Amino acid sequence: MINKISESVAQALKGIADGATVLIGGFGTAGIPNELIDGLIEQGSRDLTVVNNNAGNGDSGLAALLKTGRVRKIICSFPRQADSHVFDGFYRSGKIELELVPQGNLAERIRAAGAGIGAFFCPTGYGTEMAQGKETREINGKHFVLEYPIHGDIALIKAERGDRWGNLTYRKAARNFGPVMATAARRTIATVHELVELGDLKPEEIVTPGIFVSQVIQVVRVATQAGGFKA
Amino acid sequence: MSQYNRRTKDELARCVAADIHDGAYVNLGIGQPTLVANHIPTELDVILHSENGILGMGQAPAAGHEDYDLINAGKQPVTLRPGGAYFHHADSFAMMRGGHIDICVLGAFQVSATGDLANWSTGESGAIPAVGGAMDLATGARQTWVMMDLLTKHGESKIVERCTYPLTGIACVKRIYTDLATLACTPQGLHLINAVDGLGMDELQHLIGLPISV
Repeated sequence: MINKISESVAQALKGIADGATVLIGGFGTAGIPNELIDGLIEQGSRDLTVVNNNAGNGDSGLAALLKTGRVRKIICSFPRQADSHVFDGFYRSGKIELELVPQGNLAERIRAAGAGIGAFFCPTGYGTEMAQGKETREINGKHFVLEYPIHGDIALIKAERGDRWGNLTYRKAARNFGPVMATAARRTIATVHELVELGDLKPEEIVTPGIFVSQVIQVVRVATQAGGFKA
Repeated sequence: MSQYNRRTKDELARCVAADIHDGAYVNLGIGQPTLVANHIPTELDVILHSENGILGMGQAPAAGHEDYDLINAGKQPVTLRPGGAYFHHADSFAMMRGGHIDICVLGAFQVSATGDLANWSTGESGAIPAVGGAMDLATGARQTWVMMDLLTKHGESKIVERCTYPLTGIACVKRIYTDLATLACTPQGLHLINAVDGLGMDELQHLIGLPISV
């Protein structure tokens, strides 16, 4: 019998090792698995590499994780936001390494990891500083840059509904990186607002099939808050 | 010096919107380009794409109806039109990178006469770098249009022979909409599409400092 439902965040996050690469879903504040990030802070692993589109908003969630000083490196496309002061301070004082990746390369490198692709040629960034030191190739008259996959040890994602097999659906644009990251980590942990019986999620509506998910934890619904933009 | 008026930001947005065809899939960049949405006639099926996984993006919600699980690339709340869809990030960027987006409209620091774009970094030391989806859009959309003021605050042309700011993409801009003129970028250089009333070719060429074909 498969039962991927975890009793608690703490139980789900047990065993995350120092030095782990953690893929964290979300774009701006939508789809950020805040309960799992808070759990990771509690759990205490260090020397982490975090992969997220941004580098934290305000003082909670990812920003709070950075604040602990346990993130060695962040791989993201858009660290600078109106309220990214925690990252900004760490970056300026050299306390965190940044690998800046165009957003499409970020998504595709994660997708490639999940799909078992060794590397891929991609036109984004050709001729720019993002391609510096990378292998390039001309294919059918177009220029491409060789990009490598981003594998995660752990993926932390926020979904909407889930069942004990790990099947997931998402809410609106909170989906963003979740389904891609779920495929690319050795262990994917998802929060849901609603746990349902097998068969309650319509097969046609399942976005992430349970094969990509290791653990599911139900958390209380908290409305997503604004953040990251200049009002 | 001859008499002419600059296009206001709204007039400029209207110029861009007037060139978007019915049925187009369009991505509007953060900042000034978002104004274009206000000038697209509602009877047209122009489908707006947002990089964070939305097709069929609608206008801002009424006050009190914001849902922060439904935001645009600038992290501001939006709505979804009937027929709209949500999808994950790899699909969203496949739409850009695979040439499925017909038009993207972006802001710029500089554009070269042959369409090189610099819009993600001023290269200033100590600045926090951020690239987001700019490079994917500029390179992947079937047509990349730029919308910007022609001149900097110091009166220097933002259309240049060669960009001095870090590049976003090479030869990717097809058209530049500015407050003074609309120009096409071609492998041979700039081509005039139109200019504001009263601004002659000689003066425009003088402002830009580059040859312009008609």
